[in-house]
Amino acid sequence: MNAREGLYVRKIKNGTVIDHIPAGRALTVLRILGISGKEGLRVAIVMNVESSRLGLKDIVKIEGKYLNEEDVNKISLIAPLATVNVIKDYEVVKKFKVKPPKIVEGIIRCPNPTCISRKSREPIKPKFRLVSTNPIKLQCIYCGSIISENEIVEQLTSLR
Amino acid sequence: MISILDFTRDDLEKLFEETDNMRKRLDEGNVPKILSNSIIALAFFEPSTRTRMSFETAAKRLGANTISFTSEEAISVSKGESFADTIRMLDGYSDLIIVRHKYEGAALFAAEIAKAPVINAGDGKQHHPTQAMLDLYTIRYLKGTVDDLVIGVLGDLKYGRAAASFLLGLTHFRPRRIYLISPQELKLRPEIKELLMERGLNIKELNSLVDVLPELDILYVTRIQKERFPDLREYEKVKGSYRISSKLLFSLAKKDLKILHPLPRVDEISYDVDSTSFAAYFTQARLGVPLRMALLKLILLGGES
Ligand SMILES: [Zn+2]
Repeated sequence: MNAREGLYVRKIKNGTVIDHIPAGRALTVLRILGISGKEGLRVAIVMNVESSRLGLKDIVKIEGKYLNEEDVNKISLIAPLATVNVIKDYEVVKKFKVKPPKIVEGIIRCPNPTCISRKSREPIKPKFRLVSTNPIKLQCIYCGSIISENEIVEQLTSLR
Repeated sequence: MISILDFTRDDLEKLFEETDNMRKRLDEGNVPKILSNSIIALAFFEPSTRTRMSFETAAKRLGANTISFTSEEAISVSKGESFADTIRMLDGYSDLIIVRHKYEGAALFAAEIAKAPVINAGDGKQHHPTQAMLDLYTIRYLKGTVDDLVIGVLGDLKYGRAAASFLLGLTHFRPRRIYLISPQELKLRPEIKELLMERGLNIKELNSLVDVLPELDILYVTRIQKERFPDLREYEKVKGSYRISSKLLFSLAKKDLKILHPLPRVDEISYDVDSTSFAAYFTQARLGVPLRMALLKLILLGGES
């Protein structure tokens, strides 16, 4: 983060900063993390700031929350270029880029209604193969249906 | 054994050689009962008399026993019990499970659950690998090779799983050109078309058969179903222009053109074609038994004879 961004929100003490989210997807990121505001977490959202990499980007800062692997996987599907900063005592103790997993299991649903992964009462989790990263494109391993980044955003936004 | 793409050309060549062998044994009336210790489960959750009987005949010719449910039982199975549980049960009883299901990916899911090998006998609108193997074998049987041929695929390319599987199977070979001939509404789905091109097929889409008929070595015909058309008049219009008659063939086709069809046909090929040298669809159906015999043998006993 540069000095200009510092103008928008002050630094957090302990928690997570998710940077380089495509502009307009900050709220979706919060939604897939299950953060509605009622949890009492202190959250700062910065939207549509200039970024050399993305043109415009969003940033999300969450005080008092660290992400687990599944959280990071989900974020990678709608913000494949995001970076995650782990903050402890005002210092960045770890910084990494999200990386979409090669196999995405259970997070999103296959769009094909006659896919076996959609059959009710079966012990089966939807499973997708990553076929492209930017933009994200997934293919159902069961039926071969392709799901685009926009469809993924739509699904992850409407599910919660 | 889920998709025709799981195989290599070498696998297919090996299967075809074994099929030649089985065909010879059948002709001689000398089929060794090499699978007499095996029980094969026919799990047809969706009825398909033709495919089921072809598998059952193949199994019995080799001395295997089969277990299966009737179509009524299949309905109650699909209502009461989960697919996964049914597969687990059959897995406990049998050495090989042959699955047919209306959901895409059912066979792959079954293969994840079962310890026994699973053969996909058609799932959803996607894969029907044994039909594709049969189509390819039939072409090899008729023409000596699948390479260098000009092949037309006609009919419902969007929903017809036989056509899609056949086209995927062709990517293991080097046909000279593939013509995809269908009404606009039933064109091949773009993701499959992309895959075919990626895998090196030289394909061209068109609406009319007559322009390319003189070039074809093989014409693969599939059924155009009324239900696919929201407007019945549209269907009536389309139907006529895709019907194959002996008159059309004698006036335009190469002498040695062969016509394949996964069957059953309705009226897309008129009956007067049956007695011509163009008709190869009954030969194709007949070859289904030795091909499936070869497949069962290779899966249950491996390569050794
Ligand atoms: Zn699927």
